[in-house]
Amino acid sequence: MPNGVLILAEVVDGEVVAITNELVGAAQRLGAGPVSAMLIGAGVEGAAAKVTGVEKTYVVDDAALAQYTTDGYVAAAAAIAQQADPAIILLGQTDMGRDLAPALASKLGTAVAMDTIAMEMNDGKLHTTRPAYGGNARAVNSFSTEPAIATVRPKSQDAIEGGAAGAVEKVSADMSGVRTNVVDRQEASAAGVRLEDASVVVSGGRGLGSPENFAGIEELAKVLGGAVGCSRAVADLGWRPVAEQVGLTGKVVSPTVYIAVAISGASQHMAGCSGSKNIIAINKDADANIFKAARFGIVGDFKTVMPALIDAIKKVKDEG
Amino acid sequence: MKQVPDWDIPPASFKVDEATKKVVPPPGVAAVASQFDEIAVEAAMRIKDADNSVKVTVISLGAPTAREVIKKGLAMGADEGVLISDDSLNNLDSSAVATVLSSAIKKLGDVDLVLTGRQAVDWDQGTTGTLIAGMIDAPVVTFAKAVAVNDGKVTVERVLPDATEKVEAPLPAVVTVSNELGEPRYPKLQQIMAAGKKPLQTWAAADLGLDAPALAPKLTLESLFVPVVDTKVEIMEGDTPEEQAMALARRLKEAKLI
Ligand SMILES: Cc1cc2nc3c(=O)[nH]c(=O)nc-3n(C[C@H](O)[C@H](O)[C@H](O)COP(=O)(O)OP(=O)(O)OC[C@H]3O[C@@H](n4cnc5c(N)ncnc54)[C@H](O)[C@@H]3O)c2cc1C
Repeated sequence: MPNGVLILAEVVDGEVVAITNELVGAAQRLGAGPVSAMLIGAGVEGAAAKVTGVEKTYVVDDAALAQYTTDGYVAAAAAIAQQADPAIILLGQTDMGRDLAPALASKLGTAVAMDTIAMEMNDGKLHTTRPAYGGNARAVNSFSTEPAIATVRPKSQDAIEGGAAGAVEKVSADMSGVRTNVVDRQEASAAGVRLEDASVVVSGGRGLGSPENFAGIEELAKVLGGAVGCSRAVADLGWRPVAEQVGLTGKVVSPTVYIAVAISGASQHMAGCSGSKNIIAINKDADANIFKAARFGIVGDFKTVMPALIDAIKKVKDEG
Repeated sequence: MKQVPDWDIPPASFKVDEATKKVVPPPGVAAVASQFDEIAVEAAMRIKDADNSVKVTVISLGAPTAREVIKKGLAMGADEGVLISDDSLNNLDSSAVATVLSSAIKKLGDVDLVLTGRQAVDWDQGTTGTLIAGMIDAPVVTFAKAVAVNDGKVTVERVLPDATEKVEAPLPAVVTVSNELGEPRYPKLQQIMAAGKKPLQTWAAADLGLDAPALAPKLTLESLFVPVVDTKVEIMEGDTPEEQAMALARRLKEAKLI
């Protein structure tokens, strides 16, 4: 009988990343049996002690896993799943999770639901809720095969705090079937605050008209200690790097303040920022969709509004 | 290539019939090809541009109207089309869809490279390409912004939010294509006319040897609804941009946001 919840722990530079604790929190709240973790990579065994709130951490530590490949990681994850026999497997909707989850589902002959924002047990089955149709709709799915595999949107679940690490169990996986080879990898250079972690994000859209006009966006972000984001239209035009794209196919951000300048607020953009606590819209079109999700708005031309806003915020801040 | 409801409609006109769990397209708005699928055809055409002996087949699973999206692929330069359509193939879950498509790929035989969109613009799941890869036992590389084929190998530039990667895999392989690859080519009138004469077959489930048990759902859609947003925007008043900006700065301060 499959039992319990297995989560994928992600480690960067020896540290467990935030999504891992969010997955453990979600898994515990499901109340679907013991929670265990899988940790996959090269030289990751030491990090197992940092995965907390779980009964057991299964580790596949293999030099062949130094670079992420679908083949390699799916072999490792499937070996762990066989050993742990969970009823549910949760992964983050991250670079790794969104690639690995469907491959694992295929390997285990089961189903997968991506980008879960809410979940519950109902009649002993996992039910997941996810955005669909570019964020316009919500779809609730239930699983009729086990293990039920779901990826979970970052920051959609409260993380566990503290808790003890579980027992570590090493698992070996056969890496001889790895067919893909990563020949090169270039990290996008991130200056300043990481977009996903920033408490203020100032994003610019196509309405800015040119990459030069991002100077105002950058300055406002600097005054507020925030990070710069953009819409896909802007990334597609090459005005800003893909690393700054917010949305369905970009990054999901949930800052305290999200300022959208000359962004129409298409559902696919909102899919990446609707979790923000306060959306502030600056747009010359009073009917733009962005105003439907915003708490504060200015209807006006960014060319005059942005310099005025930068000044006004500086003044108000100086007043202490 | 998948046919989907037009995604480029104002969110206010997006409606769902909760009883049938289906989207109600606004009147007069035609269904379209899923955006990333057209880009996948573009990726195929670039491979064919480099080696004209490459044969490109466009497959679509869907209603008889999905013929239109196949024709679009043929107009872009694909050589032949296959529509998989019959009533027993409606409302399949994603693994059943992948089962149907991988059966069709096996039936075509001799397929070196399968290209799909990174996700369909209706469900946004992003699983079909990877599920197919599992079923035809081929390596998969996701989120491609460039795809090249050389010496029995596919080389893919992957675009990730914080990195780019170059990944190689032996053929046959599956690659899912992202928008960073670039705009799909725009067919000329002449090509649109010629597309009408290219071979386009229709297959049913039985042609693929698929029966109900093979397509049994693993994932059930329990409900589909439009979330309620109840934010009320406070628009900053003022006769000049300076006044509007100051009003916003003061409200942000009151709300302890700056
Ligand atoms: C499957 C799929 C996935 C997608 N993923 C994403 C995604 O991840 N992220 C994303 O952002 N989009 C995504 N999109 C694209 C999305 O649908 C929109 O096309 C895009 O968000 C539009 O960007 P925009 O608002 O910057 O540009 P536009 O739609 O061109 O809007 C520009 C806005 O600027 C305003 N404006 C113009 N001039 C001025 C001025 N002088 N002053 C003030 N305002 C002005 C206009 O009123 C308008 O509202 C996706 C689309 C699909 C189909």
